[in-house]
Amino acid sequence: MISLDINRKKYSVDVEPDVPLLWVIREYLRLTGTKFGCGIGLCGSCTVHVDGKARRSCQIPVGDAQGKKITTIEGLREDHPVKVAWIKEQVPQCGYCQSGQMMQAAALLEEEKDPSDEKIVEAMNGNLCRCGTYPFIKRAIKSAAKEGKGS
Amino acid sequence: MKTSLTRREFLQKSLAGTGLVVAAVATPFGDRLLSAAEMKKEEVTFSPNVWLRVAPDDVVTVIVNKSEMGQGVDTSLPMIVADELDADWRQVKFRVAPAEARYIDPVWGKQSTGGSTSIRHMYMTLRKAGAAGREMLLKAAAQTWRVPLGECESSKGTIKHKPTGRTLTYGKLTVKAASLPVPKSPALKKESQFTIMEKPLDRLDIPDKVHARARFGIDTFVDGMLYASIERPPVFGAKAVSYDAAAALKVKGVRHVVPIKTGIAVCAEKPDEAWRGRTALKTNWGKGADPGLDNKTLDEQFVKAMNTRGVVAKRRGNTDAALAKAAKKLEATFMLPYLSHATMETMDCTAHVRKDGCEIWVPTQNQTGVVEVTEKETGLKPEKIMVHTTYLGGGFGRRFETQVVKEAVAISKITGKPIKLLWTREEDMKNDYYRPGNYSKIIGGLDEKGSLIAWSHKIVCPSVFEHAMPQMVKHGIDTEAVANLDDMKYGVPNLYVEYVKFDAPVPVGFWRSVGSSHNGFTVESFMDEMAHAAGKDPLEFRLNLLKEQPRVSRVLKTVADKAGWGKPIPKGDGRGIAYDFSFGSYVAQVAEVSVNKKDGTIKVHRVVAAIDCGPIVNPAIIEAQLTGAIIMGLSAALGERIDFADGGVETSNFDTYKLLRMSQIPEKIEVHIIKSGDSQGGVGEPGLPPLAPAVANAVFNAAGIRLRNLPMTPDVVLKALKEA
Repeated sequence: MISLDINRKKYSVDVEPDVPLLWVIREYLRLTGTKFGCGIGLCGSCTVHVDGKARRSCQIPVGDAQGKKITTIEGLREDHPVKVAWIKEQVPQCGYCQSGQMMQAAALLEEEKDPSDEKIVEAMNGNLCRCGTYPFIKRAIKSAAKEGKGS
Repeated sequence: MKTSLTRREFLQKSLAGTGLVVAAVATPFGDRLLSAAEMKKEEVTFSPNVWLRVAPDDVVTVIVNKSEMGQGVDTSLPMIVADELDADWRQVKFRVAPAEARYIDPVWGKQSTGGSTSIRHMYMTLRKAGAAGREMLLKAAAQTWRVPLGECESSKGTIKHKPTGRTLTYGKLTVKAASLPVPKSPALKKESQFTIMEKPLDRLDIPDKVHARARFGIDTFVDGMLYASIERPPVFGAKAVSYDAAAALKVKGVRHVVPIKTGIAVCAEKPDEAWRGRTALKTNWGKGADPGLDNKTLDEQFVKAMNTRGVVAKRRGNTDAALAKAAKKLEATFMLPYLSHATMETMDCTAHVRKDGCEIWVPTQNQTGVVEVTEKETGLKPEKIMVHTTYLGGGFGRRFETQVVKEAVAISKITGKPIKLLWTREEDMKNDYYRPGNYSKIIGGLDEKGSLIAWSHKIVCPSVFEHAMPQMVKHGIDTEAVANLDDMKYGVPNLYVEYVKFDAPVPVGFWRSVGSSHNGFTVESFMDEMAHAAGKDPLEFRLNLLKEQPRVSRVLKTVADKAGWGKPIPKGDGRGIAYDFSFGSYVAQVAEVSVNKKDGTIKVHRVVAAIDCGPIVNPAIIEAQLTGAIIMGLSAALGERIDFADGGVETSNFDTYKLLRMSQIPEKIEVHIIKSGDSQGGVGEPGLPPLAPAVANAVFNAAGIRLRNLPMTPDVVLKALKEA
């Protein structure tokens, strides 16, 4: 049995410890906002927060996630500046990669209240979007940074 | 848990007794409008393909018969209805249609999404449905108040009696309105009366996508389902020589090992167990159809095919004679790679085949195709097949294919269990229906004055239509393979187009903008070469050939004006222009680039785009689609190619298939929409083709090198710089 702390809720899952955290979150616990994209940590669709840092959940064996605080897109409150900005700037097209994009952006804004363009690109470069929403993502992060400062 | 809904229940719910329902029926004689009662009577004869429903609580529901894959149909189609209905946009909701004959595309006669047609094909049908609803509500109000119809007016979901100022919301009028006959030809608004269309309204699907409530195919769960994963041949056409089913069945959680046409499926309680089962199979694969196939042999086959005779796709004037007497002649060849769709959501499908019916959850662009393959696979009648179209994690043409459905249905039929079939990224990358690789040879001729007098274009290209829609191949010509060539807008007096169909074991399919994705590049690149050979400005050179093409001229002039064509740019930078006509729309782009001569990287600083797509619905969606198309076009231009080795696809994941990342996007992308009363075109695809030639032409302007092969990777750039 593996014990997990996801979105401040305790879960106990009967799963082999080497199964990637992604699949446990998605298919065992059915928190489906976290998406599968590549399985090798190169697209960022599966990004979650582990102890507050953005991590690729497809690269973390679930056994290693025990005792850590995991946050998924479902755990990011609806009035979070990133979610508000994503709607305001009308970011998603197909929307599939956007949970990962938002988790990556939220982690960036935790570290850096008002990131420069370079910082944004550096933080977001590991997250692929096939629809090409990158310019909208950039705008939304700036908008979220502004909101965050105001609140 | 999903609630199961039969097709009949869906229909009954959609037409639920209270409320006003209008069905627009596409018939061979045009649209016919029917009420719910009339429709029930005529159900057998007519197939209503779209509904609007006004409920007593004022909510307007529009049923969307097109697949939402990011292009915005869940918003744009309801906008069309809502405008004519004079609905309050805040009360408008959408509902996704099941796969059913009544939801067919009125032009195609099938239910599918592609070819940038959703708005074009649905526009008038939806407008009429909305207008009919509005007329019925107005009449209902006039009757309620016993006043002349002319004293009533509609606005934002409310009817007002002008002389007395009394108002009634649509919801209050639905019962009376529903009892009225549906006007057969309701008056449509003038463009100047639009209150919802032409506005950059927020998309209806975005809140659910941001709050992780949107359900994609991969998010399907059905009681008692098993996960399936398929061990597939590593090379084209290979068959399994041996595999250890017993070993796989010993793996914890594995329930079934099922050989199907495309591989060996392992079914298990959990996805990781299915993958462990696959490994345990230790499958030995045979040699395959063409063990020697690799990048080099494929290229050689393309070059060899160029020397064979093809089919003449277009002959205007006498190109040979014109070339023979040309003052200046230019010849060039262009080699473009196979490309993957690389949708962020890999292929998936959940299917439950029972004796009495089948239910399918799938992110598909092709509902009719899904029903057809399921019918074939199960022997069930179409009315027993319920298809739930989920959100699509990207489409780009990939999800027109139905292989994943066939597989899930076959496995479910054999096992008797609901099956959730997931493809890994590697399976997805190696088993795509690729954008065809292709090879073009173009010869152009100029007269003494530098006017283009002849264009000879021979293209070697696999046929997408032969595989996907064989009926579209006429006289051996695949119209997509020769897109932009046989219908070239430039007034070249002598034009010759020849098509050589290329056959290889590599499956091909529709990829965003299809034939224009390659011919847009070759034509616009070579047009630039001809302009330079003539010593003329590339824009002027084009405009001289477009005197009878006002829409092309206008889109080119617009983009040139907005981009500051002809004005100075920073030293070392280059500017390039290109246009394309595809899917009914005209798009021109100007790219500004610089070339790093040390590492060979191309940096695109700015892309300015102009589009003329005729009547517009939502300008914000147009801007998003063009931006996305520019980025996808740049991704293909700079980095994407499928590599082949040892008889199969070598490229396997995003380590070797290089999608554009945020660090590579242009610093500025500007989209200008030309307001035009001309015929309506599509928006999803036409933004892609001009990007690659605009960039390549800008690279020439900046660094003096002509890059005729894609992608324009740093090693290719360095090689060209060295040879220059």
